[in-house]
Amino acid sequence: MSDSANTKRATAAAESRFAANPLRNAQDRRLPRIAGPSGLVIFGVTGDLSRKKLMPAVYDLANRGLLPPGFSLVGFARRDWEHEDFAEVVHDSVKQYSRTPFREEVWRQLAEGMRFVPGVFDDDNAFVTLRSTVEQLDKERGTSGNFAFYLSVPPKFFPTVVRQLKKHGLSDGPGDSWRRAVIEKPFGHNLRTAQELNQIVHEVFPPNEVFRIDHYLGKETVQNILALRFANTMFEPIWNRSYVDHVQITMAEDIGIGGRAGYYDGIGSARDVIQNHLLQLLALTAMEEPSSFDADALVTEKLKVLNAVRLPDDLGRHTVRGQYAAGWQGGERVVGYLEEEGIDPASVTDTYAAIKLEVDNRRWAGVPFYLRTGKRLGRRVTEIAVVFQRAPYSPFDATETQELGHNALVIRVQPDEGITVRFGSKVPGTQMEIRDVTMDFAYGESFTESSPEAYERLLLDVLLGDANLFPRHQEVERSWEILDPIEEYWASHGKPAPYASGTWGPTEADEMLARDGRSWRRP
Amino acid sequence: MNIDLTDTTSARINAALVQGRRAVGAAVGMVLTLVIVTDEGNHYDALKAASEASKEHPSRILVVIRRPGRSPRQRASARLDAEVRVGGDIGNGETVLLRLHGELAEHAYSVVLPLLLPDAPVVVWWPADAPAHPARDLLGTLAQRRITDAAAEEDPISALGSRAEVYEPGDTDLAWTRLTPWRSVLASALDQKHPEITSAEVAGEECNPSTELMVQWLAERLSVPVSRVRTEGPGLSAVRLGTAEGAICLDRPDGALATLAVPGQPDRHVALNRRSTAELIAEELRRLDPDEAYAVAMRRGRGRIGAEAARAEPVAAGGRRSRPAPGPEEGAPGAPS
Repeated sequence: MSDSANTKRATAAAESRFAANPLRNAQDRRLPRIAGPSGLVIFGVTGDLSRKKLMPAVYDLANRGLLPPGFSLVGFARRDWEHEDFAEVVHDSVKQYSRTPFREEVWRQLAEGMRFVPGVFDDDNAFVTLRSTVEQLDKERGTSGNFAFYLSVPPKFFPTVVRQLKKHGLSDGPGDSWRRAVIEKPFGHNLRTAQELNQIVHEVFPPNEVFRIDHYLGKETVQNILALRFANTMFEPIWNRSYVDHVQITMAEDIGIGGRAGYYDGIGSARDVIQNHLLQLLALTAMEEPSSFDADALVTEKLKVLNAVRLPDDLGRHTVRGQYAAGWQGGERVVGYLEEEGIDPASVTDTYAAIKLEVDNRRWAGVPFYLRTGKRLGRRVTEIAVVFQRAPYSPFDATETQELGHNALVIRVQPDEGITVRFGSKVPGTQMEIRDVTMDFAYGESFTESSPEAYERLLLDVLLGDANLFPRHQEVERSWEILDPIEEYWASHGKPAPYASGTWGPTEADEMLARDGRSWRRP
Repeated sequence: MNIDLTDTTSARINAALVQGRRAVGAAVGMVLTLVIVTDEGNHYDALKAASEASKEHPSRILVVIRRPGRSPRQRASARLDAEVRVGGDIGNGETVLLRLHGELAEHAYSVVLPLLLPDAPVVVWWPADAPAHPARDLLGTLAQRRITDAAAEEDPISALGSRAEVYEPGDTDLAWTRLTPWRSVLASALDQKHPEITSAEVAGEECNPSTELMVQWLAERLSVPVSRVRTEGPGLSAVRLGTAEGAICLDRPDGALATLAVPGQPDRHVALNRRSTAELIAEELRRLDPDEAYAVAMRRGRGRIGAEAARAEPVAAGGRRSRPAPGPEEGAPGAPS
């Protein structure tokens, strides 16, 4: 997040504490936000996400001194492990994946607070053990009853786990302590299932204690969209329909579905990516300035712009889905989606989706937002391209500006985070010839080494109770409302267009933009 | 890519920078100019730390190495040698080593001024031998931020004391930077409900300027008597905040792992290792506006810091004492605290 955003928020958060804490002062900006006494319970702690992202993030936070002394980590999984075995697993994953150097004293401090509870989710005994573990940690480590429950498990287990937490009195802490639930996507697979899921979780945890992880929002570059737009003066005046021709938001992956056949088939790329990541990026790109950077003000603005999103009338002409076919990708022969292991050869699941959306408000009326995502595309890239209109009048004649395209501002979300500005410049020489050049702000190159992983930021925010970077249930439900008609249309009309792996998607997608007199950027 | 220039000028160095950038193809958005004022003995360590910090803050690093010379003949001559480094494994950004021979050593300002990045903030860092009044120093006047390190001076405490006398917004000292982890743990301890604090005690090495600053900061923020206890260290070793129910105590006997004790709660470990100079510089470069918390601590320390050390007695009664431990190696440049 931008400095100013951080400061504002830190100031707001800190002011309420000043009365009680003489050592805090709004002017003292070196002091980082450290979470209060607390612990983290991870369900499904043996999973990939937990080993590759969560455990290293916990360690990196500890290493940066942002975790409270006495912080405790409890793992819950179906393994016959002792606490030491668990600590060993965490140790290995931290050594392998952590971003910051390994330091023995930090590890010692963390390892003292590691506990493991073996069991399955419907096993009452396991939850009794979990409860006594939590209570014991309060006594031994001073976690003061504050615990976050991270559900790193498939969504079908959510109901069981949250109900077990409720049943065993784990969802309500003693006194004024807090209990929070952290859940990962998918948040349902359409509006109805999303509402059901929200209902189940909200029965046990109040809405403001439920944190939905969209790791994209934890990325520095995504937070930087707000800084770019609202901390500067030079972009906002042209950030509207008078100057912007259209916006392209792309998330491309070069990999196939890998081992996720069971999860992916029947879900598809639109549900997997557009519903959450791309619509969130759209909201951040298109929203009005929030009155402050607290969670409520942000969700208000994001919801407002999501509510203004309108689908095109003719979904057949303005949406495209595709499925990757066998081909060569980056010098490697790869199989098509239908030949992937575990996939029904008649599957109509989309691995590519492109849709056109309009935002009906004064700022954006008539400016299309093109969203696309896909697997096995040219390369791995996520970016937001704001493409500007051509100059209304050019004193140069057509041959001189032949090579001049539209001006564009591209926010590169990953990899190689940064911002590119594209504009015309005279080619050196005696003739007047104008060609596109780019100006680069290499955020990635300059800052990645020290910029925290998305999960670090998000875990810390959960412990601090700061909901800025988490989509609220209203946003999730509204996003499904946007996507559901498209999915329904697709279900009853035709099937995905095949595209060769390693290309930028089916030709239908190019035709979709060509109909509007535009073309996709090659990211 | 390295370009060596002997008997040169700032204009030729600028040309070499452009040439180097073109050859390497590097176009990194540099956010600041860091000027390191040092001598032959200290420049290697300082540059290493700064290069590391430049991974977080891509910058143009200008290392000003003064070589006034010994003999009258050397002193009378004046020559500028430069070594331009672009790209490669030196971190992000660009580095120029400037060797100022003879009379030129007194006129570093004229060499540095043309080499500053346009518009970007300037930070001057004296790893050791800082001028008596950093803000009035000619190079200091170029900078938004002036970094000194009292711990690297011969007499750290009186160096810190005299800096308190001449403090101006934009001054900062690594002795203060070293306190950040301590201060954040203490502040977060008081984020929780706690009984009223009635007294405080800071224990640390005899010649540790950070300890002195901690005393001033606590006294300022808590408005209670703060006593100073001398220990073997290393560096700052403990802070105790007295309350009616017992002490809130942060104790770090070994310079790495500390214990936080709060009345009515179990003791908790917290890693508080002594950070490297690169980490300290990276923290300093994160914010370039005047540090008001430091200003307040320095203002309160005016007339107190050096004076208390001179008396070599705790400010207030109470607290255990151990032998004074003079630490000459503490003065070594880049020594972590």
